[in-house]
This record gives sequence, structure tokens and C-alpha cells, in this order.
Amino acid sequence: MHDKTLTQIANALGSGELSSRELTEHYLQRIQQSGAILNSFISVTADQALEQADAADQARAKGTAGLLTGMPLALKDIFCTQGIKTSCGSRMLDNFNAPYDATVVEKLKTAGTVTLGKTNMDEFAMGSSNESSYYGPVKNPWDLTAVPGGSSGGSAAAVAAGLTPAALGTDTGGSIRQPAAFCGITGLKPTYGRVSRYGIIAYASSLDQAGPMARSAEDCAHLLNAMAGHDGRDSTSVARGVPDYTETLNSPLSGLKIGLPKEYFGEGLDPEVEKAVREAVSVFESLGATVRDVSLPHTHYAIPAYYVIAPAEASSNLSRFDGVRFGHRCDNPSDLIDLYKRSRAEGFGDEVQRRILIGTHTLSEGFFDAYYTKAQKVRRLIRQDFLDAFEDVDVLMGPASPTPAFDLGAKKDPVSMYLQDIYTIAVNLAGIPGISVPAGFVDRRPVGLQILGTHFAEAQLLNVAHQFQQTTDWHLQRPDFAEESA
Amino acid sequence: MALEDSHVRRAAHLARIAVSDDQASGFVEDLSRILDMVDQLQGVDTDGVAPLAHPLDATQRLRADEVTETNQRDTFQRCAPAVENGLYLVPRVVE
Repeated sequence: MHDKTLTQIANALGSGELSSRELTEHYLQRIQQSGAILNSFISVTADQALEQADAADQARAKGTAGLLTGMPLALKDIFCTQGIKTSCGSRMLDNFNAPYDATVVEKLKTAGTVTLGKTNMDEFAMGSSNESSYYGPVKNPWDLTAVPGGSSGGSAAAVAAGLTPAALGTDTGGSIRQPAAFCGITGLKPTYGRVSRYGIIAYASSLDQAGPMARSAEDCAHLLNAMAGHDGRDSTSVARGVPDYTETLNSPLSGLKIGLPKEYFGEGLDPEVEKAVREAVSVFESLGATVRDVSLPHTHYAIPAYYVIAPAEASSNLSRFDGVRFGHRCDNPSDLIDLYKRSRAEGFGDEVQRRILIGTHTLSEGFFDAYYTKAQKVRRLIRQDFLDAFEDVDVLMGPASPTPAFDLGAKKDPVSMYLQDIYTIAVNLAGIPGISVPAGFVDRRPVGLQILGTHFAEAQLLNVAHQFQQTTDWHLQRPDFAEESA
Repeated sequence: MALEDSHVRRAAHLARIAVSDDQASGFVEDLSRILDMVDQLQGVDTDGVAPLAHPLDATQRLRADEVTETNQRDTFQRCAPAVENGLYLVPRVVE
């Protein structure tokens, strides 16, 4: 059952071959059996899931079911869920039960999906390895000594291991695409503003975006159909129609113009990853696409700009955790300042504190222009690089990450961890969409091909990725872990 | 721009995070490495470039100034560490 894609499961539910209860029980059992090894879930919501499954089966019997009715899903623990713990991977929110659902959660509930649980993540989505979680690291199902990537590492590992047909993630600098690449699944970061951020615990509000993580581009298209759209409760949500992303999946790729940014194939790229990515690009040539080299000249400055802008926004967003209205509170505060300071020192882990301090420092008097204003100017140049490239080509392709998944504990220095996101981070600064699709292996660790499009080109990215997946079977390969624990 | 111990202590105070002496020296080291990396930005020519705050250049949407929310104080206070009679409890601020 768990070797099926979401699309195949939807068909089996639709034909009555499977009930949502059978399906939900199967996945819950798999989570129970192997969840502890991978540590991919923070909360498992079995009782609620079975209730939702029964309601879905009744809706189907009454003829009111849609495509996703009864579909089990896992949510990154950054999405607020009413009455269910939403920890954001932090001690700060270990006791937090959100009083409301995120818009995306509400939309998926309306579509009839079943929530299996909340997945592990880097604390407040700050990390590229899932090692900064208060709940401990997640293991990569392809190799239990490797990281699953981050920050949506629990979601990626759970999908890859067949513990859920699909999951939701969020991506501020690569946090959907890089773990998707490391775990051999398909992950889409939509255009900034395409999916509502309401009820998603904010990290960097001008960069954060939620998206689907699944076995195939077709699966992601079905999920994005349910997730995307304008929301009055998110002031940066875009009022623009949502197409049916499945309608154009089969458009032919003849004449597609692909650009390869030369900066994405330079120093620091693992030669075996490069080989896999170039072979993937040649598959597109065989499908009628043309390929040319392009340049994104400010690529090198994306990580420095991000590590001003994201921590600046984080220092402001995370000021809400004050030990007064919700979240962790220290014992016996002597006065109000002591309450704030110790609650926050105890509630936040090292990486979160580092980013809050960087953001506070760079925004402070005497440093603001040199750091923040400068970074915002560079951000415009980075976006312009992409807009210029999309004058000449339809999509850009390159690796999602310079290496396959690295070993747990391998990146001790924060800066060496940050440099992992070299190919994903500029995409968030520019606000464009990107997708990572499985494109091979290096020593049994998956390689992700990243495909980028211009603003609101999600349908095109899904079409391009789907056509690749009609020709290749990298996305259908499973780790032994998924088979052994079957 | 070299980062000094006093910068870290000032940021920690502004951010309301308690930092011990040991932690402060660790933060000076880590944050210095991060800011060294960030300092590469100074090499970019940004003359005449306007700062970009929103990737789609959107401006803040406005709505009519009308009350649309209902009072949900009890619901929202259920996740608070300490409340009494609808009020959040904190240590005495005014003597």
C-alpha cells in the first residue's frame, strides 16, 4: 500500500478498492514501527486521524468525496493545528496548543485529508540538517548515518520511508527542496505569496513559503491545487487565480528552453552530483528541449544577503515569545526583564539564539545601513539576475545541493552549514518557485535536480518535472528501510 | 566590522536573552565568523539600486477600519503560562 504514489492512492480510494480507514491504519502502524528509528514525527495524532478517516469514508459513501478525501498526510510542526501541539521543533513551544488552524490546514481539512501527525524539523525552521530540533535529529531513511536535510527533514524522511503518502513543508532558504533532494522525493517551493502564510509560525516573513513534498510532481500538483490561493488573513498573499496544476502536466516539452546557470556548476559542487544533474538535463534534450548556459552573476552574494535579511526578520518575529502569552516561562522570575530573558534563554536553542542576536545586531543603531539596507539592495540585484535569465530561457536547472546528504554531526561550524544552501537560497530572495526532483544516487544517497521558473510558473515546473518522471524512475526508487519495515 | 563582546551583550539585552559570560565569548566567536561571511556584501556595487523589501514589490493592502474579529480572550488565554480573571500575570512592574 505504502509503495503507491498519492495519485495511485487517490484512484484506489475513488474506486472503492481501499477505504481511508484501512489506509490510515496502515500508515499509523508504519509510523509506530519505524517512527522511533527515524524520529521523523514529533506528534502522532492517531485518534483524530481515524475519526477523520471514518468521516472521509462516510463522505465517499454519500458521494460527496473529492480527490483528496481520506488521503493521509503529515504536517511539518510549523503549521498551527487547533488542539494539537505545534512545537516548531522548539522547547519554547513544547507546551503550545494552537487555538486555531493555519489556512493551509483548514483548506486541506476541507478537502477531506487525514492528518497522521506533525513532523520533526529544525528549531523554528532554522537549519539545513534537522539537527537543531529540540526533539533530536531525524535520520535519513536511505542511510541512517546521514542527515535528511532541513529544515523540513521530518516531512522528507517520512515520505521517503513510506510513513505517509505526502507531507507539507515550508521553505525559507531551501527547506523544502534540499531535504527533498537528500531523501529522494519531490518537493515544490511555490512563488512567494502563492500559498497563505496565515498560521504558519513565522521565521522570515518576506521569504517563507509553504509547499508540498511527495513522491512525484503529479502528487505535488494535486496538493498544490488544494493549498494555493488568496487569503485575506495573510497580507502578502497574492490575489491571483489558481490554475488546475494537473491540467498541463502532460504538455510536450519540445522547444522548451533550459538555462544552466554557470555559477551552479562551479567550485564546491561534488563531481558525482554534477554528473547526475547533467545526465538529467540530457534527458530533457531527448524530449525536445534546448539547453544553453546562462549566468546569475550575483549568486555568490545570496548567502551573505540572506544571513542579514532572514535573521533580521527572525529577530522581530521571534520577539513574540515572551513567556507571558504562550510558550515556555522560566521558574521564579525576579522581575519582568528576568522573566523575558530567562524564558527566552531556556526556550530557544543555540542556532535560534545566534540568529536572533545577528538580526538584533545588524538592525541596531550604527549598523542598520551597512548591513540591512545593503542586503536589501543586493537582494534586488539577485532578483534581477533571475528576471534577466528568464528573458532568454523558460526554466533554469541545476543541482539542489552541492553534495548528497552529509553525515549526522558532520557540520559543526554554523557557516559551513549555511554554505550548503548555495543553490536554493537565492530563489527565496527573488520570490520565484523551485522544485527538486530525484535524479540519481551517489553511494546510495539521492541526488536532487532543481528546476526554477519565473514568478507563478508552478504549472510549468510541475509539467517539466512530470515529463522527466514519465521518462525516468528515480522518483519511484525506495530505500531498503521502506521495504524492510513493510 | 569587527564584532566585540560589548556588541553581543548589547544585542542580547535588546533581544531579551540571558547570556552568561561563557556563552557571550562563544557567541562573539560564532557571530564574528557569520559577519565575516556577510561582509562580502560590501564588495557589491549597489550605487543607484533601491532596497527590495518584498519579492513582488507589493505594497501593504488596506481594508476598511471596521471591527471584524470576535472576542476570543478565553480561548487565547488557555495557552498562557499564568492568567487570573482574564489578565496575564507577570511579576510586579510598578511598586
